[in-house]
Amino acid sequence: MLGLLFGIVFGFLLQKGGATSYDVIMGQLLLTDFTVLKIMASAVAVGLVGFFLLTRSGYARRHVKEGSVGSNVVGGLIFGLGFGLLGYCPGTVAGAVGQGALDALFGGFIGLIIGAGLFAGAYPYLNKKILNYGRIQKETVHELLGIPEWLAVLAGCIGIVVFLYLLEMAGL
Amino acid sequence: MDGFLSLPTWSPYLVGVCIGLLGCLAFVVSDRPIGCSTAFVKIRGLIEKIFRGEKVSELEYYRKFPPAIDWQLMIIPGIIIGAFLSSFLSGTFGLFFVPPLWAEQFGDSRALRIVAALAGGILLGIGARWAGGCTSGHGISGTLQLSVGSIISAACFFVGGIAMAMILFGVPL
Repeated sequence: MLGLLFGIVFGFLLQKGGATSYDVIMGQLLLTDFTVLKIMASAVAVGLVGFFLLTRSGYARRHVKEGSVGSNVVGGLIFGLGFGLLGYCPGTVAGAVGQGALDALFGGFIGLIIGAGLFAGAYPYLNKKILNYGRIQKETVHELLGIPEWLAVLAGCIGIVVFLYLLEMAGL
Repeated sequence: MDGFLSLPTWSPYLVGVCIGLLGCLAFVVSDRPIGCSTAFVKIRGLIEKIFRGEKVSELEYYRKFPPAIDWQLMIIPGIIIGAFLSSFLSGTFGLFFVPPLWAEQFGDSRALRIVAALAGGILLGIGARWAGGCTSGHGISGTLQLSVGSIISAACFFVGGIAMAMILFGVPL
């Protein structure tokens, strides 16, 4: 039941951040409210360093799947269209339900269950035809660029800090 | 501390830092990335099992993601409880059908909002499983592992999302 505990803390944080609100998420997609990206970018910056140190010291293992254009790009764009129409993503839809959003419960939540089933049904066909199209041979950014992992972590963190600083300077 | 927990919102940076630490903790304690979309495959599989019995588990996709009440599924009721606690403590919990921004653009018809949310949810469910993850699985957990596929997915989530948002609401100037 560790999953439940992680979920409770995650849901609590998402709600406190405002990321379970339709208006905040749509504000991000309309590029008028950058709350969602601020949360994601600071989570990634901390996670980059934490995960790097943890894997180095043997406390964590990398769980990365090989990417492909057919899976990540096509699936990502379908996801995006749904994201913009629903105004929640699979995690925040649950958080929205928790704070009383009935459109998230009767629309989003049920839609996600239907969508997951449709994909499961089509999976054997999609797996043969599309999902493996355009495989990306390198799994990680540092392998792809041929640089040491620490450099990719450092560059990622600096990039995120600069990005967030510029956002604040622009008053967003 | 009580006052802090009952604040309606925290700084997005504080929330982000805590989520980053939580993501790291999940690797250490449970040896897995935090993700949310696998749960919906499992819920769907469990519902199908009720109607069609054990043979559901033999479907190719459910062999990859066996329908079971496990870590990946339990994160969803956890998020619902966590968000409820947070909104309850700050007094912002409230039942509603139509979010304010949607109502401003499309009126307060519940049916219209539910139909749109349902259609969006279906696309989201298909897309999440097609891409192999969602905003948390790819956007945060995958990106912090420097996964190329995850970073591409996360970029496409926002490209598609921004496109749809601007189709619905117009380009803000």
